[in-house]
Amino acid sequence: MTRTLITGNAAAAWGARLAGAEYVPAFPITPQTEIIETLAGWIDAGEMDCRLVTLESEHSMITAAGAAASTGVRVFSATSSQGLLYAMEMIYAVPGYRAPFVLVNVSRGVQTPVTLEPDHNDVLAARDSGFLQLHCATCQEVLDSILIAYRLAEDHRVRLPALVNLDGFYLSFTREPVEIPDPAAAGRFLPPYDPESTRFHAGEPVSQGVAVLGGAYYSYFRYQQHLAAQRALAVYDEVAAEFAQQFGRRYDAVEAYRSEDAEIVFFMIGSFSTKAKDAVDRLREAGQAVGLVRPRLLRPFPAEALRRALEGKKGVAVIDQNLSMGMGGVLHGELAAALYGRAGMPPVLASFIGGLGGRDIAAEEFCEMAAVTRRACTEGSTPPPRLLYTADELRQMRKLQTVAHAERMEGKTT
Amino acid sequence: MYRIRFHGRGGQGMKTASRILGSAFFLQGYEVQDAPRYGAERRGAPIFAYVRAARQAIQERGIILEPDLVIVADDSLVPMPAAGVLQGIMPRTVLLIHSGETPETWRHRLNIAGPLLTLPAEAAAGDGQRFAGAALAGAAARLVGVITSSALERAVQLELAGLGREIVSANLDQALAAYERMAPEAGRVSEGEVFAAAACRRPDWVELPLDEADAAAAAIHAGATSVEVRTGLWRTLRPVIDYPRCNRCWWVCSEFCPDSAIRVNAGQYPEIDYDHCKGCLICVAQCPAHAISAVPEAQA
Ligand code: SF4
Ligand code: SF4
Repeated sequence: MTRTLITGNAAAAWGARLAGAEYVPAFPITPQTEIIETLAGWIDAGEMDCRLVTLESEHSMITAAGAAASTGVRVFSATSSQGLLYAMEMIYAVPGYRAPFVLVNVSRGVQTPVTLEPDHNDVLAARDSGFLQLHCATCQEVLDSILIAYRLAEDHRVRLPALVNLDGFYLSFTREPVEIPDPAAAGRFLPPYDPESTRFHAGEPVSQGVAVLGGAYYSYFRYQQHLAAQRALAVYDEVAAEFAQQFGRRYDAVEAYRSEDAEIVFFMIGSFSTKAKDAVDRLREAGQAVGLVRPRLLRPFPAEALRRALEGKKGVAVIDQNLSMGMGGVLHGELAAALYGRAGMPPVLASFIGGLGGRDIAAEEFCEMAAVTRRACTEGSTPPPRLLYTADELRQMRKLQTVAHAERMEGKTT
Repeated sequence: MYRIRFHGRGGQGMKTASRILGSAFFLQGYEVQDAPRYGAERRGAPIFAYVRAARQAIQERGIILEPDLVIVADDSLVPMPAAGVLQGIMPRTVLLIHSGETPETWRHRLNIAGPLLTLPAEAAAGDGQRFAGAALAGAAARLVGVITSSALERAVQLELAGLGREIVSANLDQALAAYERMAPEAGRVSEGEVFAAAACRRPDWVELPLDEADAAAAAIHAGATSVEVRTGLWRTLRPVIDYPRCNRCWWVCSEFCPDSAIRVNAGQYPEIDYDHCKGCLICVAQCPAHAISAVPEAQA
């Protein structure tokens, strides 16, 4: 086993390369650009047989990806944040083509204000689009998830596009040891794309993206996408099992870390979940029965597997690196829906919002989240949602606001 | 776990330095995580990069707040609060400054009791800076004391592959020379502890109050505030106009300056706004009369 130090972006590019992507419609955006640059470099050097086309926007890029996938070639693309949002009309449109491809999103907070650092509001905006979603915690997982995502998306029982998410900075620009599968092994796991009936040719005209008037017809097509996405749960398990057998790395739809005998578990997605693992280890050393449950698959939502992982726990600290204004953490609501009304489910789901725009979630904050959840279990009542923010952070903010206020007043009087 | 932070300016090779050190640790059998941290800045702006290395898998992520070793490639960054060079320095943190001045001078200036070392900067700017990254990675490799010179050598070759044999060997010389120079200090840097849950401080969380929308909107209520941002601090080389040679052409320099940092004064001569000139040296290249030259900031 040889491992190489590469960034999350390089791992994503390797995923596309080993998948034998044949067409890459592209548009640059920080922190995703390095993926496209890497692929362009390989194509230019003749190391990758692929056509890369720079489009004039992400909207066009996703349109091109959906159209190209309909012709039966293997398509890869990548975007981030505002780019994903700019493409949103087509993100919702292309799953209905029932033509599979893989899109990588490098998470970055959305405006306003503008930022470069990550949270998950961008990718969660695509939550209801029909794209399948796989969420990564390490650079290795980025590469492996892309191979798995192609198998899943292209499976004839599914045939939906898939989105693989990695966090900007914490994975995109961070090097970690990654085992890059050898091309032959990758090819055995993911053979060349067999598009079956998806072969859109000039000689055989097909119209995509058509209109239907009448709710019942419309509902049929929408329900079909939903049923296919749900079907992807079982297909995912098959594909992940095959991957584990071939490469020795297990990617269950739900990762359960030291949670079997845990009383309190952290529940979260993304790269910060490795920090949660660290906290789990430290809390265990201090004699506390704490674990981590992390869904890798967010669409389809692995509700059954989550119920299995959480059954009998006293409390869950749900950590959302996203914020639905006026509601709270998206994952908190999703998990509650999956557990509500079932016997044996944890009575306390404490909600924590943090890590927005790359804000760190400190080790002591993990400890405190576990403590708050534990207290709630003892008291038998769920605490109000907590927006992670420290007195020091507020002090800094106030200082700047004072300066801004003074300047503004100055402007008024002169 | 070793936690190491490199501070420098965009273009001084801090990302490369962190990667050389990261690869050297990795070749030595350590688990490694390394990353540069930059925003929307560019060449000359303060940036940093960090390396974590441990015997077991690394779960920690993000900026290093309690460094075992802090390396500063450009000593002009030390007093700059925005650069955050001294952030989280503990009594046992080793500080290595790439500087022409002595450790005593720095210790006195910073009022620091902890271990402070310098790696003499070569003839400032110019060539010295070109190899600063490799040299500092070499010094760091010796300071941690667990990296052999052959691992360092292979790491330099790995990270600089593709730059041509001459550049690789020049960098390698610098890295190995710094490695040798730090021999008396080998092993000076020790591994930091993993945090213990029992010793955890409680975070000082607050209930965020709702503020008036006016104050809570991310807006700037004034014109031309970008003038306040002194991007001139990003400059490592300063363009200097030799007025007797300037023939006031049609102000090519002013025309080409991407930062609009050259205005034409009443006497119709170009004047550089050093608060905002980032030192890209496009004006130097464009001036038809060759009237503008580049001077290292340290000598300007
Ligand atoms: S380009 Fe050179 S000659 Fe022309 S105005 Fe500028 S400094 Fe003078
Ligand atoms: S170096 Fe010259 S062109 Fe570049 S920012 Fe400064 S004045 Fe403008």
